[in-house]
Amino acid sequence: MNLDIFISHFSELFDETPASEISATTAFHNLDEFSSLTALSIIAMIDEQYEVTLKGDDIRRAITVEDLFNIVKERRG
Amino acid sequence: MAAAIPARIIDNYKYNLDIFPEEDVRKVVDKIGVYERRFADENTCSSDLCYAAAEKLLQDNGIDRNEIDLLVFLSHTPDYRMPATAYLLQDRLGLPKTCMSFDINLGCAGYEYALGVVYAMMQNHGLRKALLLNGETGSRAYSRKDRRVAFIFADAGTATLVERGEQFRESWFSMNSDGSRADLIMAPAGGYRKMSSADTVQERVVDEYGNMRSEEHGYMKGEDVFNFVIIEVPKDIKRLMKEANEDIQAMDYYVFHQANAFINKHVAKKLKLDPDKIPWTIQKYGNTSSVSVPLTIVSELKDRLQGKKKLMLSAFGMGMAWGTAIVPFADCRISDIVEVENGQPVGK
Repeated sequence: MNLDIFISHFSELFDETPASEISATTAFHNLDEFSSLTALSIIAMIDEQYEVTLKGDDIRRAITVEDLFNIVKERRG
Repeated sequence: MAAAIPARIIDNYKYNLDIFPEEDVRKVVDKIGVYERRFADENTCSSDLCYAAAEKLLQDNGIDRNEIDLLVFLSHTPDYRMPATAYLLQDRLGLPKTCMSFDINLGCAGYEYALGVVYAMMQNHGLRKALLLNGETGSRAYSRKDRRVAFIFADAGTATLVERGEQFRESWFSMNSDGSRADLIMAPAGGYRKMSSADTVQERVVDEYGNMRSEEHGYMKGEDVFNFVIIEVPKDIKRLMKEANEDIQAMDYYVFHQANAFINKHVAKKLKLDPDKIPWTIQKYGNTSSVSVPLTIVSELKDRLQGKKKLMLSAFGMGMAWGTAIVPFADCRISDIVEVENGQPVGK
């Protein structure tokens, strides 16, 4: 699994936040555009791209984009 | 089959602008794909919607009410805590005293469950005709100050007449439950575990987004519901197709519970289904809980069910409960949708 590709998929979920503002260390919960709706999009994207189904708690526990990446990577084994 | 909807139309883009910023409302509405909904007025209950649908069905098809041996009312929003609403409808519809009547209390997956129960009873008990009435007034069950639920739910009622006949082929049902996730969609107070009090009706801020509700309102943990749906629903559909030895692509239509457009599109894509075979009503009627499957059939398949058709029905939600059904339809007769105001069909 490639972190840059993951970040690129992740950035595509945001309409108003430029991709340049999203990196591995971005605390995504703090982005203005982030909401419970974004969380649904994240679950859908990860299911589609990586065949891993996250729970609400996984999203809540992750602070940075890289945290999410690591959860997905670990689940894929 | 027949359906009734409240006459009152809610334009979702204009809903709740006194509480939430217009921009936020637009984003939520676009995401869930619910543009219009129907809300019952204060004099209309689920039973009134079902009554209107049932009257339309019985009259349009010239049904002899004395032949109805079973009445099932499926709802989470009954008229009273007791007795069961089915009895009130048995009397109001002029059904005979020999008619067995009861309620089924189930959420979004209810139609598959109730249809399965009715089919099983028809098979084993020598009943002539059964009337399955399915109504919800979800508009009253959730807080309009909680944006996780405020823009989704709506009201409707349907009537389905079931009878036996050689022309119908085999039906398949898969019904599942997982009570360990009962807390994903719940109204914690107002039952007998936590009875209504001044405290339970008090609205409070419940999260970091400023959403407000009381304990009597339903809440939904959207992310976990979504997680549940995308894991369990495709799996159940594939399992039933295999067991029934059916090719999923050979179904004439796939009727899904209209949860919200985002969830439904994801499930359809995951199953690689032909989008032309998937009818939708979420955009104009919202999520009417268990009613959404029969309502979608009545609204969208009215002129498309002549001859023999095979439908896959799939629904999922509160419980958590989920179900898949493969149901052959033979010359199903569908009435025009009736509008209801003040508990009565409009124009009556």
